[in-house]
Amino acid sequence: MAAPEKRVEKRVEQLDRVVIRFAGDSGDGMQLTGDRFTSETAQLGNDISTLPNFPAEIRAPAGTLPGVSSFQVHFADYDILTPGDAPDVLVAMNPAALKANVADLPAGADIIVNTDEFTRRNLTKVGYAVSPLEDGSLDGFAVHPVALTSLTVGALAESGVSKKDGERAKNMFALGLLSWMYSRPYESTLRFLERKFAKRPDLVTANKEAFRAGWNYGETTEAFSVRYEIKPAKMPAGTYRNITGNQALALGLVAAAVRSKLPLFLGAYPITPASDILHELSKHKRFGVTTMQAEDEIAAIGAALGASYGGALGVTTTSGPGVALKGETISLAIALELPLVVVDVQRAGPSTGMPTKTEQADLNMALFGRHGEAPLAVIAPKSPSDCFHAALEAARIALTYRTPVILLSDNYVANGSEPWLLPSVDELPDLRVSFAAAPNTPDGRFLPYLRDPETMARPWAVPGTPGLEHRIGGLEKADKTGDISYDPANHEFMVRTRQARIDAIPVPELDVEDPSEGARVLVLGWGSTYGPIGAACRALRQRGLTIAQAHLRHLSPLPANLGEVLAGYDKVVIPEMNLGQLAAVIRSRYLVDAVSFNQVSGLPFTAATLESMLEDVVKNG
Amino acid sequence: MAETVALKLTAKDFKSDQEVRWCPGCGDYSILAAMQRFMPELGIPREKIVFVSGIGCSSRFPYYMNTYGMHSIHGRAPAIATGLSASRPDLNVWVVTGDGDALSIGGNHLIHALRRNVNLKILLFNNRIYGLTKGQYSPTSEIGKITKSTPTGSADTPFNPLSLALGAEATFVARTIDSDARHLQSVLRAAAEHQGSAFVEIYQNCNIFNDGAFDLIKDSDTRDQHLIRLEQGQPITVGNLNVVHPEGSFGLKVQEGGTPIIHDATVDDPAYAFALSRLSGSDLNTTPIGVFRNVQRPSYDEIVRKQVLDAQAQATGTPEEMLDQLLGSGDTWTII
Repeated sequence: MAAPEKRVEKRVEQLDRVVIRFAGDSGDGMQLTGDRFTSETAQLGNDISTLPNFPAEIRAPAGTLPGVSSFQVHFADYDILTPGDAPDVLVAMNPAALKANVADLPAGADIIVNTDEFTRRNLTKVGYAVSPLEDGSLDGFAVHPVALTSLTVGALAESGVSKKDGERAKNMFALGLLSWMYSRPYESTLRFLERKFAKRPDLVTANKEAFRAGWNYGETTEAFSVRYEIKPAKMPAGTYRNITGNQALALGLVAAAVRSKLPLFLGAYPITPASDILHELSKHKRFGVTTMQAEDEIAAIGAALGASYGGALGVTTTSGPGVALKGETISLAIALELPLVVVDVQRAGPSTGMPTKTEQADLNMALFGRHGEAPLAVIAPKSPSDCFHAALEAARIALTYRTPVILLSDNYVANGSEPWLLPSVDELPDLRVSFAAAPNTPDGRFLPYLRDPETMARPWAVPGTPGLEHRIGGLEKADKTGDISYDPANHEFMVRTRQARIDAIPVPELDVEDPSEGARVLVLGWGSTYGPIGAACRALRQRGLTIAQAHLRHLSPLPANLGEVLAGYDKVVIPEMNLGQLAAVIRSRYLVDAVSFNQVSGLPFTAATLESMLEDVVKNG
Repeated sequence: MAETVALKLTAKDFKSDQEVRWCPGCGDYSILAAMQRFMPELGIPREKIVFVSGIGCSSRFPYYMNTYGMHSIHGRAPAIATGLSASRPDLNVWVVTGDGDALSIGGNHLIHALRRNVNLKILLFNNRIYGLTKGQYSPTSEIGKITKSTPTGSADTPFNPLSLALGAEATFVARTIDSDARHLQSVLRAAAEHQGSAFVEIYQNCNIFNDGAFDLIKDSDTRDQHLIRLEQGQPITVGNLNVVHPEGSFGLKVQEGGTPIIHDATVDDPAYAFALSRLSGSDLNTTPIGVFRNVQRPSYDEIVRKQVLDAQAQATGTPEEMLDQLLGSGDTWTII
């Protein structure tokens, strides 16, 4: 990068952690800006956790509050668990972005505002009678007014791009400035711009120039007197990449195909926030992955089940409304006892709800949302990178035990990101299966419902296998033969067997984290609340309080030692982003008077919220 | 066929050990018998054949065929069969459905399977009534139908299944009748030979809830005046009447005299087959049977399969090596 014209002496401060929130209009490219800053930060070796927050509208009216899109990144020189409760720095690209986010800022936070957008019209649009930059309302903050748009356009005056394209590069100016402030390595961003605009060399130049201008602005002007450094975090040795939950989940499914040596068939209907899994998998055909964008949610799972019947690893990906539609086919898969992975990236409901906001309110539907006694396995990832391993685990259970498995991700882990220590492919679980190849009775008959005594799974006899022609269906089947049966005793036996075979799936014991070994309060979570619960527990322990934390990955069947674990504490607290769905299960199954703590705002718990709630329980019981 | 000889299969080989449980006198029996007699002709081993059905009387069909089979859920057979066919191009996949299953609850899957041209043979047993639920009107029942659920007559205009299939871009569309075993088998043969979706409507008598629905084109006294047998390359006539294309008209007309049009199912423009499909309404007054449309278009299965094969052909390394590369793609960093 060219040296700036003049140098201003800058103080360098060391920090251990920073939370930055980039906020702007939906069209301002804030998600991309945040992604790039994250990538630069990852290169530096900080631990990272990110949280995008955007409206469902693709382009809400420009400059309005509903149109604000933001991306929060938390990075530190130690391992962190959440994207941070409150931003230390807010980049506000317009008045709407300032207004929508200022309430989240702690006193003294830095605010970088794009003053060019603080026009009378834009201020009026969001209800500011007087500019907040002038009325003293931001006095408690360190405000840095920067004419981002005009500085960008000015820097690109000679570049030959249109004024419009120049204005659009203002996010790169902001990224350059922040990259300077936090001493980020920028080579990967320049390479990224070359790839992204490969077909428009003029835009490559413009965006790079805008980035440089932002960097140099920090370096040369007196508006920014301090530069910060955050040392790399101590993390286990190995190669890392930053990954979102949806990406990790898709890669986990590809890995499951490779490790099972089966073709992967994904049936999916576009739905927020699950569509990115379909997009990602559609790129990996070379692994024998077939993706079908079906006509509806029901066809998507139907096709996946048809593929499973034919010997593929059948998968369908969706969100809550889609799972509701798929219920009847999930029941069929339970009756047919075929492998099937159903991914539910949960979002705020009911009905359309808030498609881009998070919630954990589909647990009841996953566990109980079908007609008849229809048990299946349910697992939930605890973090973005854990989605990879959860997908493999879902495939393992589905293939080994011939059952549908519901994988409960949610918008928070799906779109959030964190560094991921790349696993060694050889060490991933071996998921190979054996198809039935020959009759399974001494007299040479084939009984499609004769079970493996160990797994209680029936044979997977795929069409094309000579001599094993048989018929299966949704009507109740006789034990062993699979013939249609209305016999009362047989139905009783089959219902109990379907439950028993799910209950018998071996799942790892529940681990409890309690450094004091003497905690009397246990906080029990599941799924994406792992980060904030963990951060809250750490904070309490640092203050000398004791608390135990356990986190459920398997929701059905539950770990065998769960009852024993629960019985070991005076108080069990269950925080959930629903109205107490796991708590109800725990209360009814284990007769434990658990404290249910709930938040259904569409946003993840902050560590601070949980810390204060848990502190109260620990101190006052 | 040489393979037929090699396989030495007979109709009996296609009978399963299950007791057939349709009502005595049901038209489904004759369709099952015709299918079992026709199957050996295919020269395909039984294990390569799969019947997928939905829910309804007709959907019990797979239980009675000694092949692979799945009796699935209401309306979804085309979707399930699409996943099976797209992932297993070596199989010969048939869908058995009824007028309620295919045209009411499963209407969406039917039209999308047809537009995709999935390599499925879809047999719609049309009895114009809900049989398994004991006699409600169906989407092919004539308007004003008095049934248990419509004591003062149904208010719905029925679907013309062939018009619907043609509107959904079907490449093969035919109609036949349960009672005409020879014609039924000839249509099954043509459907089996078609690459892509083959849609066959089979008029089927429900002797319990809608007996005699197709008598006009079945009884020897009336049949010849009302039934039009479509034969490739032959003029289209019924009794003494001709099917003509009147000048300036969009459709076809049955009339005395004029020049009967010569049937050609391979005409690319679906307007021709559509016009044929409109010759019969609920009244069956002039009802064509036979193959209406039979054109070639790449199947969904072929296209999807080719994309996967092409990607695999360009790939280098073992799947494990490729996975290792994929996991480590993008911006990575190493901590020592």
